[in-house]
Amino acid sequence: MNYFPDEVLEHVFDFLTSHRDRNAVSLVCKSWFKVEKWSRHRVFVGNCYAISPERLIARFPRVRALTLKGKPHFADFNLVPHDWGGFVYPWIEAMAKSNIGLEELRLKRMVVSNEGLELLARSFVNFKSLVLISCEGFTTDGLAAVAANCRFLRELDLQENEVEDRKGQWLSCFPDSCTSLVSLNFACLKGEVNLTALERLVARCPNLKSLRLNRAVPLDALQRILMLAPQLEDLGTGSYVHDPDTETYNKLISTFQKCRSIRSMSGFLEVSPLCLPAIYPICSNLTSLNLSYAPGIHGDELIKLIHHCRKLQRLWILDCIGDKGLGVVASTCKELQELRVFPSDPFGVGNAAVTEKGLVAISFGCPKLHSLLYFCQQVTNAALITVAKNCPNFTRFRLCILDATKADPVTMQPLDEGFGAIVQSCKDLRRLSLSGLLTDRVFLYIGMYAEQLEMLSIAFAGDSDKGMLYVLNGCKKLRKLEIRDSPFGNEALLTDVGKYETMRSLWMSSCEVTLGGCKVLAEKMPRINVEIINEYDQMEFGFDDRQKVDKMFLYRTLVGPRKDAPHFVWTL
Amino acid sequence: MENKVIYEKDLNLEATELRLGLPGTKKPEKQAPPSLKTSNKRALPDMNEESGSGNNSSVSDDGKSDRETAPAPKAQVVGWPPVRSFRKSCFQPKKTEAEEGRVYLKVSMDGAPYLRKIDLKVYKGYPELLKALEEMFKFSVGQYSEREGYNGSEYAPTYEDKDGDWMLVGDVPWDMFISSCKRLRIMKGSEARGLGCFL
Repeated sequence: MNYFPDEVLEHVFDFLTSHRDRNAVSLVCKSWFKVEKWSRHRVFVGNCYAISPERLIARFPRVRALTLKGKPHFADFNLVPHDWGGFVYPWIEAMAKSNIGLEELRLKRMVVSNEGLELLARSFVNFKSLVLISCEGFTTDGLAAVAANCRFLRELDLQENEVEDRKGQWLSCFPDSCTSLVSLNFACLKGEVNLTALERLVARCPNLKSLRLNRAVPLDALQRILMLAPQLEDLGTGSYVHDPDTETYNKLISTFQKCRSIRSMSGFLEVSPLCLPAIYPICSNLTSLNLSYAPGIHGDELIKLIHHCRKLQRLWILDCIGDKGLGVVASTCKELQELRVFPSDPFGVGNAAVTEKGLVAISFGCPKLHSLLYFCQQVTNAALITVAKNCPNFTRFRLCILDATKADPVTMQPLDEGFGAIVQSCKDLRRLSLSGLLTDRVFLYIGMYAEQLEMLSIAFAGDSDKGMLYVLNGCKKLRKLEIRDSPFGNEALLTDVGKYETMRSLWMSSCEVTLGGCKVLAEKMPRINVEIINEYDQMEFGFDDRQKVDKMFLYRTLVGPRKDAPHFVWTL
Repeated sequence: MENKVIYEKDLNLEATELRLGLPGTKKPEKQAPPSLKTSNKRALPDMNEESGSGNNSSVSDDGKSDRETAPAPKAQVVGWPPVRSFRKSCFQPKKTEAEEGRVYLKVSMDGAPYLRKIDLKVYKGYPELLKALEEMFKFSVGQYSEREGYNGSEYAPTYEDKDGDWMLVGDVPWDMFISSCKRLRIMKGSEARGLGCFL
């Protein structure tokens, strides 16, 4: 079927931006497959071990923008040993060898080395954008290589990475000829920064729209930088500490008044609350505000600030805002779409000032809310039922009760009915995280109602294998399932092994699954890698099939067991 | 655990109740008793005890008053609450300081070749502190009196306060002393005796 020349097909395909659409198009017929293959520039690989770099390059030879994800999500919470894997070097090496014209690289939870960054910087002449999220393994020397060699760099975005700061002059490595920066985010770096080099860099990049500073940039430097870049749209302040009775602070006030384009703010890594009024004029235009790294601001001061933020669509905040503060958010921020409330005490010792009351208030006040991450002291079924009724548009709903198995404090019942109401009401729900006291019943509800669910996180929940089976049988679109400390065993794991080829991955730790069960699964499903991660009992590896498996991670793959697995990972 | 029937009536939970049977069938049995003890899932250390304690007493609207009792110190569960390590590492330094609360101070003695350091938080009051200093530097501090300072000794324990002034140890209440003391110096000889006469 070839009614059109290839160029026309290619032009039409250009309008397809989603990966799923392009994947679908490539299945229609051979000639569409060919055209699509040679015109695909943006590729997303959700699990770096599902495919090899060589096969990717063969499949999409003109790839220019690559997204790769490495470690399982629970690695964020220290459940995955440090050297588990997720190395990006082989990918960079393979693309360099094949002369791929790589321009953009976006990595999440991967191990990135200085050698990798150096190779990247030298190999891809048109490289424009590097985004690293929750990565590790590199130092500021690697960043220096990128700064020095990527002549057309537009974006360097470092989000929550563990970077060893060599206190070098990486910022000074941007040559004077570099004027192309649009986005620079180094908020996660812990060390000193050459302020002069920073100011000169900002001065020569007229297209700079997004700038996020680290803690080492003091308030007076911020003021000078803002004078040089009044066109900024996204600002992350560094250290926001100063004596408000000074010339510098007054200058800052008038500088902020000139920054009419700022729509998004973050940072405030250290704060003098008395200096917050300087940003009030900006607040009225803000659509996104992240104060979740600012522990020094009290509830009352937060409330004063929120009163100015009527256009907010995204708010990330600490629980010291309290239920009362969330009430103010509810009555002020009518456009709110995404809310994240983080614990100010991440060690969970329990000073949380938010309960279900804050969430209920938000649900009444913010009907556009569709994405939630909420750490709280407690939740009731009644509250969840109310929230479900008020906000049927949730696509992401993550609730974390700090005491992981806490029942409804009023009725002492499990929270099955509450979460059941959420899944029944929110027909577009794609991501769900549960907590609190939960029985198999909540999984029955999820299996019945959560038709669009793609990712589910379970901890300390359920009574029997039935729970997990309800989910596996019911959620047809499930892609990622991660379970910890729940009583699901071999029966749940093995009843429908074909299901795992329809999913990206399954994580189970501290459950009832045994080594024998995992072996059966691995035998039946050759295109699934079943990894047993066993940090401690290496000597007893593989001797007793009845032994419970501490950590199991399985994922579909086209390339068999990986060759870079460390000694404590056993692929069955 | 009894059901809170009163609470259910107030909220008319029936109207929003989820029902799983076919239309027209009876209500399915609603409660499994909260299986705090019978569940066969791996129990969290110390966590289950909290939910049953003391919350039955009130159905008050002010949820906060129920939580006044300080939670029993919980064992830290790995990876819970699920907060990214990066975020935890940003909050950590403050916490350790508050937790440890040590107050290390330099102590010098006139004529001694080097200084020592002590942790003021270890002592509950002046007698303990003075005894420790006596043992550390092998001297005797004599008898304290408000009027005359330290009698019967060549030495006088002094400290530098927040304003930079040298004060005699023992004049102010212990708590005030701890919060204002920056360093200690054990004065000797004529200088020491001079303190009493200066008024």
